[in-house]
Amino acid sequence: MDFSLTEEQQLIVDTTRRFVQSEIIPLEDHLDPDAGSLEPADHDRLVDTTKSMGFYGLDIPEQYGGPGLDTTTRALMAIEMSQHRAGLYNPCYGVFGGAGLAQLYEATDDQKERWLYPTLKGEKKGCFALTEPSGGSDPARAIQTRGIKDGSEWILSGSKLYISGADKADYALIFARTSDDPGRNGVTAFIVDTDTPGFHVRRVVHTLRATHYATELQFDEMRVPEENILGEVNGGFAIANDRLSRQRIPYAAGCIGPAIRAQEMSIDWAKSRETFGSPLAEKQAIQWMVVDNEIDIRHARYCVLEAAQKADSGERFRTEAAMAKLVATEASSRVIDRCIQIHGGVGVTKDLPLERWYRELRIRRVGEGPSEVQRLIMARDILGGSFK
Amino acid sequence: MGIRLEKAWMDLNSEIIDSLPAQLGVYHVANSDETVLSIGYAGAGHLFGMRTALEEELDLHGSQATKFRFEFTANYRSRWDELLMLHLHDFGQLPSHQQAEQSRVGRLSPD
Repeated sequence: MDFSLTEEQQLIVDTTRRFVQSEIIPLEDHLDPDAGSLEPADHDRLVDTTKSMGFYGLDIPEQYGGPGLDTTTRALMAIEMSQHRAGLYNPCYGVFGGAGLAQLYEATDDQKERWLYPTLKGEKKGCFALTEPSGGSDPARAIQTRGIKDGSEWILSGSKLYISGADKADYALIFARTSDDPGRNGVTAFIVDTDTPGFHVRRVVHTLRATHYATELQFDEMRVPEENILGEVNGGFAIANDRLSRQRIPYAAGCIGPAIRAQEMSIDWAKSRETFGSPLAEKQAIQWMVVDNEIDIRHARYCVLEAAQKADSGERFRTEAAMAKLVATEASSRVIDRCIQIHGGVGVTKDLPLERWYRELRIRRVGEGPSEVQRLIMARDILGGSFK
Repeated sequence: MGIRLEKAWMDLNSEIIDSLPAQLGVYHVANSDETVLSIGYAGAGHLFGMRTALEEELDLHGSQATKFRFEFTANYRSRWDELLMLHLHDFGQLPSHQQAEQSRVGRLSPD
């Protein structure tokens, strides 16, 4: 495969890198080390900048006003956008805009009017409510939230766990079991306004991400009109699964940025810090860690770009996306761990971003399908013969 | 585990503040009626953690602020948001000088 960048891609990468270095990092120096947002005035100013650059709403399809980036270019941008303290989960603090819930692009025209377009205009926020206390890695079988038809409405009862943004959302995409089928063919997706009676955000779930929390939801006999069903009755799992597959490439790419930045910091530190009469960079133990970092970073980058190129060329990319997610999250975690070791005491302080990346990367090996599920996906393809 | 910060109130004065560890965490500051004046956090940006944050509260509220209670936590950002949401749920609005946060924080229905 040819991983060289086109002239346009190189320009986009350079522009993004300059933006992060000149606009984001200087502001970040004045924020709490665990901050998850910019001051509103700074945020609005930078949104104007990204709009003028033509880069606002990176993940919005072109026909809805997005810039129409291919997956490879988007992955390259994700690598650059994450090279700052909050970059792993808040790349550039969201000033490049979001795409809303990707599933809504498959909605009916009426549903688009009610939820998609207001989301793209920044007037509404949505959340994705799939995982339940009964499990997250095998959602098709774990879903116990029930949907029972009652005339032209459905009554939803149950709970969801580890849901991001539900406390601030105007609507939720909720997956519920609507038939006796215990697997993926008995799940339906509902779009539910969060002011619907019976919708409760019961508690905040604190995680390793100190700036951000998940929530636990409870649904008490929530009545939802039939027209709020997204897609087909009992066809909801395909909608959920599609999101899980598509997300893996940019999710993986975003892990590489902090690893690159940490490696750069470690090289500078190793060259300037002296112990026992010579710089750290002259010690073989340090040299090997730096080399192992470089191997991990390049391996992750190649896997991400291979998956992205296959996606762009219309080829089957499920195995490659799973491999990219697995390699990027695990390799970047190793890189950050070594970089902390190279830095010594200062590496574990909040004076540097390493400790934040260390905590947040640990979640990446679990979120969006843990490493074991990625291996399961690859094993199915390789042993099943579809991987040639 | 209860999610509200319901520890016993302590007197807020420089002597007590100086006796605290310089840790990260969250706190309530109240007046003599135990009406909450501030829901705050001691973050990594505070030079001496909880001590610095509470000294700043004393400077802000002056003699009105007479009590406080706190909790040490490295997750001070998310715990702070949680305390703001709980206060909003329980009292319908945030303390007057924190009204600007109202549009930022989410909502909980914990009961």
